Amino acid sequence: MDVVVENLDVFARGFWLTVQLTLLGAVGALLLGTLIAAMRVSPIPPLRAFAVGYTEVVRNTPLTVVFTIAIFGLPKLDLTTSLFRFAVLALAVYTSAFVAEAVRSGINSVAAGQAEAARSIGMSFSQTLSLVVLPQAFRNIVPPLASIFIALLKNTSIAAAFGTREGTQTMQQLINANGQAVIPIILASAAGYVVLALGSGFLFSRLERRLAVAR
Amino acid sequence: MRAPRALAVTTALALSLALAACGGSDDGGEDTAAAPTAEAPEFEAGTRMAELAEAGKITIGTKFDQPLFGLKGLSGDPEGFDVEVAKIIAAKLGIAEDGIEFVETVSANREPFLQQGQVDVVVATYTINDKRDEVIDFAGPYFLAGQDILVKAGNPEGIQGPDDLAGKTVCSVAGSTPAEKIRTEYPQARLVEFDAYTKCRDALRDGTDGIVAVTTDNVILSGYVDQSPEEFELVGQPFTEEPYGIGIPEGQEPFCEFINEVLAEAFEDGSLQEAFDRTAGRVIEQELTLPEPRGCDS
Repeated sequence: MDVVVENLDVFARGFWLTVQLTLLGAVGALLLGTLIAAMRVSPIPPLRAFAVGYTEVVRNTPLTVVFTIAIFGLPKLDLTTSLFRFAVLALAVYTSAFVAEAVRSGINSVAAGQAEAARSIGMSFSQTLSLVVLPQAFRNIVPPLASIFIALLKNTSIAAAFGTREGTQTMQQLINANGQAVIPIILASAAGYVVLALGSGFLFSRLERRLAVAR
Repeated sequence: MRAPRALAVTTALALSLALAACGGSDDGGEDTAAAPTAEAPEFEAGTRMAELAEAGKITIGTKFDQPLFGLKGLSGDPEGFDVEVAKIIAAKLGIAEDGIEFVETVSANREPFLQQGQVDVVVATYTINDKRDEVIDFAGPYFLAGQDILVKAGNPEGIQGPDDLAGKTVCSVAGSTPAEKIRTEYPQARLVEFDAYTKCRDALRDGTDGIVAVTTDNVILSGYVDQSPEEFELVGQPFTEEPYGIGIPEGQEPFCEFINEVLAEAFEDGSLQEAFDRTAGRVIEQELTLPEPRGCDS
C-alpha cells in the first residue's frame, strides 16, 4: 500500500492524461458522429451511402487496428503529429461511429410531424435538423451517450500500447519498478478508472434530469 | 574425483585436435564449419556426460525466433550463435550433428523444460539471474549482452551513448527494464513507450513524434539491423551487462564444469570466435571475450 501512497503524484499525472484523452476524444466523437448521423438522414443519396459505409467500417474495426492505422499508416502519407494527438484522433474516429448510431436513433424518435411542420414553414434541411430535430433528439439519447463515453474512458487504456503515458501505462511502469507490490498497484489503477467512470455517470444522470421534458 | 575427469577431458581434447589436424578444414562450406565431433570421448561412468555420450543423442532447447542467435528459417534448422555454441558442446560429447535435436524454448518455458527433463541443456539468450539460479543451474556465461541504442542508418543525430539522448526522444517497451533504466538514470531523455519493440522500430523508421532512437538489449536490436541494414544501425556501446549462460538441470555439477571447460577450450582455439563471426558478429561489433565463469556450486 505504501507504494501507492508514495506514487500518488505519478498516478495523478497518468490519470490526468486519461481524462484529457477522454474529454478531447468525446468532443471529437460528438462532432464527427453528429455530422455522420446528419449525412445518414440527408436527402442526398451519396452522402447517405458514405455515412452507412463509414459507420459499418469503423464500428466493426478493432480499436487497436484503428490506432495502428493512425500511428503507423498516416506517417507514410506524410501526415504526422504527436502520439498523443494520434491517440485522440483514433479514439474520436472509433467512438464517432457509435455516437452516429445513437444520434440516428434519437432523430428517428422525433415525431415525423415535427420535421414536416418545419419544412412546411419554409425551413431548409439543415435548419430543420439543427433547430428542430436535433435538439429534441439529443434529449432522448443522453443515457446511451453516457454508456458510449464511459466505454470511451476505458478504451483510452489502448493508448498505453501506443506511446501515451496515461493511467494504464503508468501502472505498467510502476509494476516493473515495484515487483513486490503488484496487486496494490493494479487495484489502485482500477480504482482510478472506477472513480472516473462513476463521476461521469453521475454528471450524465444530472444532465438527463435537467433535459427531461414532462410529456 | 578431479583427476579422472581432467583425464577424460584431455583425452577428448587430444582426440578432437587430432581429428581436426587430419580432417582438412578448408573444404567445408559455412554450415559445416562447426567443431569436429570428438571420437568416443571417455567420461567417468555415471556422469551426465557419459550418459549423453553413450546415447549419442542430446536434446537442446534454443530460441527459434531470435535472429542471429537462434532463428529457425525456411531451411528448417535453427541458425545462430546459440545454436553454434550448442553444437560445440555436443561435438565435445562425441555426439554427431544428426544426434542433436533442437527444441524451441521461449522465455517462459525454459526453467520448466529443464526441470521436467524435456531438454538436456538450454542455450537460448538465457540471462543468468538469481531467481532462475534457484531452480536450475547455469554454466558459463559465454556472452555478455547489454542495453544498446538503435538509430537510423548513418546515425543522423550523432548518438554515441545514452548521455547523447538528452533532449531527444527514445522509444522502449512500457514496463520493461531498459525503459526503467532510461527513466531513472538518463532522465534528460524523453522516453516514449509502446507495448512491443517492433512498434518502436516502425516509429523510428517514420520518425513519429520525434523518435530518433530505440533502446533495449543489443541482441534484440541487432536482429532489426540484420533484417534491414540499409535502414538501421547499432550504436554499439552497451551500457549494461547481461551475462548469457547455458541452463542445465539442477544438481549436475560435473556437467556444468565440463561445459565451462568446453567453452574455455573453444575460446582458446578460436572456434567460439569463428562461430560468433559467422552469426551474431555480423551485426554486433563487439570483441568476443569469454566472461569469467561464475562457478558451478549451486
